[in-house]
Amino acid sequence: MTENTETAPLLRTVDLTRHFRIGGGFSRNNLHAVDQVNLTINRREIVALVGESGSGKSTIARLLAQVYKPTSGEIVFEGRPLSSLRGRKAQLGYRSDVPMVFQDPFASLNPAYRVSHGIERGLKLHRTELSPAQRAEEAERVVEAVGLNPAAEILQRYPYELSGGQRQRIGFAQALAYRPKLILADEPVSMLDVSIRIGLLNVMADLRETEGVSFLYITHDIASARYVSDRVMVMYGGHIVEAGPTEPVLQEPKHPYTQLLLSAVPDPRAPLSVDAETAKAEPPKVVNPKPGCRFRDRCPMAEAICHEKTPVLLELAPKHEAACHVAQRATAGVAAR
Amino acid sequence: MSEPMLEPMTGPGSYPEALLRVRDLRVEYATASGPVEAVAGVDLTLGKGEFLGVVGESGCGKSTMLFGIAQLLNPPASVTGGEVWFKGENMVAMSAKSLNTLRWRDFSVVMQSAMNALNPVHTIGRQFKDAIKAHAKWPPDQIRVRSAEVLELVGIDPVHLKSYPHQLSGGMRQRAMIAMALLFTPDLIVMDEPTSALDVVAQRSLMAQIKELQKQLGFAVIFVTHDMSLVSHFSDRLMVMYAGQAVELGDTRSVFDVPAHPYSKGLLEAFPSIRGEKKRLTGIPGAPPNLAKPPSGCRFHPRCPVAMDRCKADVPDLYTVGSAQARCLLHEPAPVSVEVES
Repeated sequence: MTENTETAPLLRTVDLTRHFRIGGGFSRNNLHAVDQVNLTINRREIVALVGESGSGKSTIARLLAQVYKPTSGEIVFEGRPLSSLRGRKAQLGYRSDVPMVFQDPFASLNPAYRVSHGIERGLKLHRTELSPAQRAEEAERVVEAVGLNPAAEILQRYPYELSGGQRQRIGFAQALAYRPKLILADEPVSMLDVSIRIGLLNVMADLRETEGVSFLYITHDIASARYVSDRVMVMYGGHIVEAGPTEPVLQEPKHPYTQLLLSAVPDPRAPLSVDAETAKAEPPKVVNPKPGCRFRDRCPMAEAICHEKTPVLLELAPKHEAACHVAQRATAGVAAR
Repeated sequence: MSEPMLEPMTGPGSYPEALLRVRDLRVEYATASGPVEAVAGVDLTLGKGEFLGVVGESGCGKSTMLFGIAQLLNPPASVTGGEVWFKGENMVAMSAKSLNTLRWRDFSVVMQSAMNALNPVHTIGRQFKDAIKAHAKWPPDQIRVRSAEVLELVGIDPVHLKSYPHQLSGGMRQRAMIAMALLFTPDLIVMDEPTSALDVVAQRSLMAQIKELQKQLGFAVIFVTHDMSLVSHFSDRLMVMYAGQAVELGDTRSVFDVPAHPYSKGLLEAFPSIRGEKKRLTGIPGAPPNLAKPPSGCRFHPRCPVAMDRCKADVPDLYTVGSAQARCLLHEPAPVSVEVES
């Protein structure tokens, strides 16, 4: 299954699936957190993964970070399946290529140590060739790269001396110290003030330019996804329901769920449009699902077929895929004419 | 001491009957290195049934102000000056006992995080009962009926009175908190970022629901949030806070369409849109000031893109700008020429 490292996408998943057994010890109930997800992330690309709480987006991040093992399916990094990685060195190598930035900057830095500790520890572990002096130099470089000045002084501070936005920048600096190829950013800005968020989104965009890193940006805020990403994937109930280049997906959403997400974004420049009824329902816990579209109970366009057959992702416009029977038929109808 | 008579409010969208008047409210935190003034003189009038949005960054004093109004501050924080007139009484000067008769019946509070505000070891119904018993003597039947009623008001099936908080989703917990605040149909509900732990869709539907309930029951709302866009369609008036002061106060539409203060402008430009041109945004550079040593002159001048030299020295007042008020020297009325005798 090994592919050419150069031409293969940076990371792709093949039918990635993760179920959790829930209930008591003898329970046979399975929660389908992620079901048969195929995603691709190319080099120097920012991909946004959008969905409500409970849609399975964080589970994907944890699968990619190897916190969870997949129930089935495979993650292929630079053409090599992760299940073929043998030994601690290969594992460490993957971890330094694909680090993660966490949601809560108040909980993800150790309050007992100076900022430099976390960064240099990562360097010690993943870049053993550096001397102590080089490590200190490299730590300053990454702190500057995320827009914190003066770097030397920031490194000597404790986390409590930093604001939320600064802490989250340190989170990015830690990830950057490994010279990563892909950073998994799980809701990196959702705990921050609106006025601080944009600065971090800019950090992500800049790091892609200067360091050539790819990002998987996980968020429920579709407006920020538009601001920073090249491609967007929309998740619902463990499935990817729509995927494609950001602008077409957001300007002409094919899936009714994407349309709902878009209508929920507060936009003071636009008139109020929210369908309180659809919005009231909540994303399902997908336990032992039967075939059928998982969005059908909230969907304004649901038909008989939606209760019987699970829709699959089909390309409805160039590179723009959606998993919706109604949208697929509409496109087929236009094509037939 | 009686409630001062104030000039009647005028202008479109004003509410003739004032429910709450806050005059020069000051709140200080006592710290080891001296007092820190977190709320530095806020004036505010809220009409019956009005929806006021209060926005600002973390640490601007918006939650402290809210707690100061509701008299919920604990040491080291305390109200050091000003008056809060609610229904003809100055709440700052009231005793704890007499405050207790107002609380929940006349005004109630919805806290930020429903995950922490609800007691995890008691059912929702039990917690409703506790709240009622603390403020009224009702027979058990009435308690049950009213609890079911308010839960239905917020769109939750009353069977959940028997549920524990962990059995509800985040959105439902937050709704249950609002239901609890409605138990006595108060005239005023103060809400401290009730939606910030929710995702976009749940946030939106909760906002729509609050607005709906407000129309139905006619209570007034003070809604604190850091997300200006959230209240854009729901609040009647908007107050923008910075470093413990109100820097802009006006009709929501006017603040959004023609923000008078550079800080409001910055906040408005800080979030990306899903429509229109995609352009690089800058947000507001820098961080809110340390309130122990607030900047001289205009407190916003170190971060202000249009700061002038005199902003460092001259303290701006709240000046009237169209239908709004802004604390910015740009809007200082032309000085009436005064002859200075030499």
